Amino acid sequence: MEFILGDAIKGLVGGLLIGCSAAILLLANGRIAGISGIAGALITKSATKLRFENLAFVLGLITAPLAYSVLIEQPEIGVSTNPIMLVFAGLCVGLGTRLGSGCTSGHGVCGLSRFSPRSLASVLTFVGTAMLVASGVRMITGAPV
Amino acid sequence: MRRLIAGIAGAVFGFGLVLSDMIDPDRVLAFLTLNSGKWDPTLAFVMGGAILPMLLAWRISAQREQPFLGGEFPPRPTGGPDRKLMAGAILFGIGWGVIGLCPGPALAGLLIGGWPVALFVAAAFGGMALYQYQFTRA
Repeated sequence: MEFILGDAIKGLVGGLLIGCSAAILLLANGRIAGISGIAGALITKSATKLRFENLAFVLGLITAPLAYSVLIEQPEIGVSTNPIMLVFAGLCVGLGTRLGSGCTSGHGVCGLSRFSPRSLASVLTFVGTAMLVASGVRMITGAPV
Repeated sequence: MRRLIAGIAGAVFGFGLVLSDMIDPDRVLAFLTLNSGKWDPTLAFVMGGAILPMLLAWRISAQREQPFLGGEFPPRPTGGPDRKLMAGAILFGIGWGVIGLCPGPALAGLLIGGWPVALFVAAAFGGMALYQYQFTRA
């Protein structure tokens, strides 16, 4: 294990920002800041008055990192370039988060803080599964895909 | 007003993902991979930091009739974990463990992560659409 205090502090501060974002959305708009739920609602047929609200959230989420990379520095994004794995993982994440009613933000940030048993079960399952898969991939290939 | 608040919340969320470095799948995989020899606990700090303001927010919401901009607070989900929830969590975990991207960081990296992130996001929307047309009768 490699513990770097600066990374932990940046993680904590970044996490606090994420939590504040979720808190604002809950207390002002009465909404759960679940990214899969908000993004998924963008492609449903039933057009609700929340559609533009969801769009505004997603636009903010997409453009803030772009602004950061233009104004401050380009964040490092180390990601697989295997197209088959990218498509496979994307399909799993899209289908899984809708089937399971939430992802790291909805169940993780918003659900755990509400002491929801469903969210706790979900988080333990997806974190456990992801650890098994990531560690398995490492064991077989000696490197990430 | 609701849209403005939503836009600001989205931007703060995205900035938090950049600052915490969760926008970098390598960093996320360093948490998820237990046998790399250099396990990285950063994700746990991010999650802990994010839960703190929400603990407070849920307490405030319990004392209020409705959100500041009207409407209703989200109702507490009834019932415990069911098969649909668990199947979804397993499927999501598989995808997350393979590439290290979940929906938030994927969208946050959409414009700065090059074609791989864009391809992942497109496939994720494809997966969501699949759910829409296969598992719901909307």
